[in-house]
Parts: sequence; structure tokens; C-alpha cells
Amino acid sequence: MMNALHRPQTIVLLGGRSDIGRAIVAELASPQLRAVVVGQRDGGDAATVRNELGLDDDVEVVVEAFDAADHDGHRAWIARVVEQVGDLDVVVQAFGQLGLEAAGDPSAAAHLIEVNTAGAVSTGLAVGERLAEQGHGVLIVLSSVAGVRTRASNFVYGASKAGQDAFSTGLAAHLGGSGARVITVRPGFVRSAMTEGMEEAPFACDPSDVAAAVADGLRRRRRIVWVPGVLRYVFGLLSLAPEFVWRRLDR
Amino acid sequence: MRLTGWGRTAPTVATCVVDDASDALATAGDRGVIARGKGRAYGDAAQNSGGTVVQLPGGPVGVRLDRERGVARVHAGVSLDEVLRVIVPKGWFVPVTPGTRFVTVGGAVAADIHGKNHHVDGTFGAHVESLALRLADGSLRSIGPNAAPGSDDHDLWVATVGGMGLTGVIEEVTFRLLPIETSRCEVLTERVGGLDRLLERIIATEASRYSVAWIDLLATGTSLGRAVLTTGDHATRDRLAELAPRAMSDPLAFAPPTLPGLPRGLPNLLSRPAVRAFNEVWYRKAPTHAVAAESITGFFHPLDMVGRWNRAYGASGFLQYQFVVPDEATDTLRAVIERVTASGNASFLAVLKRFGAEGDGLLSFPKPGWTLTLDLPAGASGIEELLRRLDELVLGVGGRHYLAKDAVASPSTIAAGYPELERWREIRHRFDPDRRWQSDLGRRLDLIS
Repeated sequence: MMNALHRPQTIVLLGGRSDIGRAIVAELASPQLRAVVVGQRDGGDAATVRNELGLDDDVEVVVEAFDAADHDGHRAWIARVVEQVGDLDVVVQAFGQLGLEAAGDPSAAAHLIEVNTAGAVSTGLAVGERLAEQGHGVLIVLSSVAGVRTRASNFVYGASKAGQDAFSTGLAAHLGGSGARVITVRPGFVRSAMTEGMEEAPFACDPSDVAAAVADGLRRRRRIVWVPGVLRYVFGLLSLAPEFVWRRLDR
Repeated sequence: MRLTGWGRTAPTVATCVVDDASDALATAGDRGVIARGKGRAYGDAAQNSGGTVVQLPGGPVGVRLDRERGVARVHAGVSLDEVLRVIVPKGWFVPVTPGTRFVTVGGAVAADIHGKNHHVDGTFGAHVESLALRLADGSLRSIGPNAAPGSDDHDLWVATVGGMGLTGVIEEVTFRLLPIETSRCEVLTERVGGLDRLLERIIATEASRYSVAWIDLLATGTSLGRAVLTTGDHATRDRLAELAPRAMSDPLAFAPPTLPGLPRGLPNLLSRPAVRAFNEVWYRKAPTHAVAAESITGFFHPLDMVGRWNRAYGASGFLQYQFVVPDEATDTLRAVIERVTASGNASFLAVLKRFGAEGDGLLSFPKPGWTLTLDLPAGASGIEELLRRLDELVLGVGGRHYLAKDAVASPSTIAAGYPELERWREIRHRFDPDRRWQSDLGRRLDLIS
């Protein structure tokens, strides 16, 4: 159960390799934390993950093989996790791929949608079901400003995030009144392993900034968190701009 | 139904709320059932996320008064407010009352509540002759303090008093009443300039049945722990005639006023400057040393006069932190007060009292020593760090925390203070092996094995 100061006892991280996801786990960790479940593609060793996340010895760490594209298996995956650690207080959806080469390969691009969007939908619904059944819990969805208005340099990724974002905000409304909450996080450019070597966009930030914003959004019961916050207004304006203006800016 | 405690924090949604315990057991799923009274526990004791909640009906019809023996047999869903309205005009008072009348009789036993008279009269549980408990198997069992030690009935008794509803649903309670001559109290109010003097005065006035001190937690330096100490007892007719002759026209009158409740959507009104101003006025308005007659509401339940006063803390709600430390630990008490004062967190309600002997309940909170209660806005910065330090101080001297107030602790913080927890868990499990009784508190603190 989450306590009155918004500290969870259990956290599930879908996408254990995500720097942002890990930063969120580290931010939400406290003496109240008793179990962390990490889902990542190639499984992994609990002791290594414990070290990498900086968790105390008395926190139970479970690493489970997780495939975002295995949509048929997501409900059962969640059920297995509940069996092991009980109620899920916070679930972080952090498994998106950037797929910069996707534009040159139709099949790879479609696969990107399968992971980033369809995977988000399937896990989102499976998690949402469980949280509603529990009467409490928060799903934190790592969306992106790339989904708000697509850029030519990463438009397949942007499209996948746009789908995830629309789904996520809709899911939040769908779960309204059940006790389950969804927070859609829209970071700008985040300096991480995923963006290594890329040219930084304006308003760039670090995974720890995203984590701090998420913790703040959790406390203030926000449904949407932009990181940095100013992007709310930047994209508020940019989404109204005519296409040719946006494309000029997008150079 | 979305439920929180009085602190308006950690909301969760119960799927089903019913008014009958047997119905609840029949229809509840694997998240079980918990009883909910008036929702005055500050944390998550009376919530059951994803599960069923039972709210037993109240009403004055649920009060049966035996005027000969001075005993009341009351349905568990009836509040102390409703009980008092029936018994006070007839010359009786409840044996223990907390700072609000709006707790149910069932809740009074489940939290084993205490009042300003704990050092003399003990907890509510100490005055119970018997109670009817609905068990997980659906049966209704009558238990009381006189069962043979080691028997099932006795185990169930010590697990239920203070057991936070996790042994079953209390459906009826029979308890002894206190005879009174008037509905006023004779109260000595003293302004005390600092903590050491306060502790001295509390001990010096221990013969008074009722004793409690309000501390100004924003006072620093030599004024640290400056307080208003109130001690007293029910006024006899003679004393009332001297102190408030006009009240003699209706000496047992009981008509508690309630101002309209605070509206929703208030921001946190209790900022540091607001609290500082309030504290200054409250301290200065108290006489240095005076005796007066006070009404029941004025002496016992002042906050009840403002409906829904918890809304004054705004949307993020508040926490109440209450602990007890042994008599000798006055240094720890001072350290706690210093830490809270230094943190700058505005606590408008800080109350100090001396406890008497420990009761029967395995998870019952009071034990001999000093108990300090303070309110903290949940959104305030630095709260977690402050509470962590306070926990260390309290547990370090063998103190403990009150389950009816707690909303943030981890299982180990609670376990450290309750040596009988394992025994309690075993008894609970014996009578509820299938986990029919569950609550958010029970899940958070790992009380349900």
C-alpha cells in the first residue's frame, strides 16, 4: 500500500534497462519500500539489478523476463508478479525503443509500433485491470513530447509515442473512480543511454529530473507531467502552429 | 466508494459498502471485509482497498441504559455523541472519551481509545463488561475480560481490544458508565512557561481525573514547551452552584453546538504564520491560574464544534503523529519537541499527557509514560526526514506509536513497539485463517499473515 506521504511499498519497472525508469525507482525508494520487480527482455540477475538501482538489502528484488511485444502474455505476467509481491503500488512503463533506423525498413518500423504502442496498450490494460481490482495503485507511463508533434528525424518513434500517449490519457479516464491512477509523463530530450551520441534538443534534461517531476506529479495527483514543466506551454503553442511553421522549426 | 481516514490522505476505493457484517462475509471476495465507524482514525485503519467495508447503523435506539447498575448496552455503530445525548441528561457519562464525540462504540474498543483520564481510569476497554464479536466463520461470539487466561475466549478478547477490527466485527458492546451530578466540569487552567515546569505541574496535579496540556510547538529557547495545562473533574452540584449558578437551572443539560462545517476545496489554511498567530492568542488568552466551569463540549470536544475541521488542512491533508515514551525519557521528549520546533513545520495541535497503567489489549497503545500528539500538514517539506528522526528517538527509548493515528509507518516501526505482535498475529490467524478480515492498515503494516 502507498502510505500517506506517497511512498510505495512495491514498484514494478517494465523496461529495466531504461535510465529514466531506474531513476524513478531510485526516487520513489524509501524505508517503506519492500519489493521491486524489474521486467526486462533478457531477464537478469537480481543482485546486479539491486546494485544498479542502489536498493537496500531488505528490499526484495525480483527480475522477470519481460517482452513488450508478447501481448498475449501480459495478463499472465502481471498475475505472476502479484502472486510474488502482492499489491502493486506503482508500475512504471518504460520499455520504449527509439528505433532511429525504422524509417528505412517498413518491417522494423511496424515492429517498433508493436513494442512501443501495442505493448503499451496491452501492458497498460493488464496493469489497469489489476490496479482497479486492488482499488489503488498508480501506472506511470513514459510518453514523450515526440508524440505531441512528430519531427522528421524520428517520426516513426514519434508516431509510436503519439499512440501510446493518446491511449494513456484515455486509460486514465477509463479507470477514473476505480482507485487506479495513470500519470502520463511527457519528457523532452533526456540525456540517457538511449539518446547517447544524438544532438541535444532545446530544454534537455536528465533522468533524475524526470524522476523528480514524476514524484512531484504523484504527490499533486497530476494526470500529465511535462519535463521540464515549461514544455507544457512550449508545446501548447507549437501544437497550434500551422504545419509549414512547424516544419520550418523542425529543420 | 473512495475512502480516506480523518487526515484525508492515501485514498483507496472499496468496491462494496454494506451495513451488515453477515452480508459482508457472504458477499466479500478475496480482499475481505473491514468495519468502518465514523472514519475518525487518522490513517487507513477503516479502509479496505478493492474490498468490502461494513458500516453498522447507529442511532439512539441502539442504546439500552441500565440505570440501576449504571451500565449501557450499545450497538457498535452508535457514536459516543449519540450515547452521551441519551445518558448525560440521566446523570451518566462515558468512562472514557477521546477528543471527539464522533467515534463509534465499536471503534472505541477496536482502537482501545484513551482520554484525558487515562492515568486514572485506563482505556475504554477497561470498562467493557462484554462484547458481541462477529467471527470469520459467521458466528457471533460473546467475549469479555473475565474469561479464563489461556482460553480461546480470553485470547480473542486481548486480540480484539485494540485489534483495529482485524479479529472480526464488533456488533454490540456492554460497558460501565460514570455517574455524574452535572453536565459541567470543574476545570483548573494554568499557563506554564516551559517544558520542565510543565512536566512538574502535570505530575503535581495527577490526582485530578482529567488532565491534558496543549503545547505551543512554535515557542523556542527558554519558552520551549510553553503550554496551557487543564486539569479537572465533573462538577458536583455544589461546586457548579458556586462556579456557574445559572447552569443550575438545568444541571444535566447537554446540547452540544455545531457550527456549519468547513466547505470543500479549501487550501491549507494552517500555514506557519497562521499557526504562530493562533498559538500566541491561545496561550495568552489562557489564565495564568484559574478555575471555571466548562461544558462537556468545551472541555472534552472543542474541535467538534467546527464540522469537518480537517478540511482546514487543504487537499493534501495532514498527518497526526502520536507516540508514548516511558516516564524516565523526559530528555527524549524534550529532544522530540526541539526537533519539531526546529523543523519549522507548523503543528497547530500538540497535546501532552501522562499515561497510567497498560491495559489488556495486545496491540493497545497506551502504556505508562508521556504521550505527545501532533498534527503536521502532509504536504509540508521535510516531513519524512522529521518523522524518521522522531521514530528513531521514540523507538530508541522503548516507545511506540498509535495505530489509530498512523498513516505512514513501515511494518518494522510498529513491530518494534509492540512486543505482543507475534502472539496477536497467531490469535488472529487462528480465528481467521482465510483472511476474511483485511484493511489497508493491515496490509500496509503486514498485520495479516
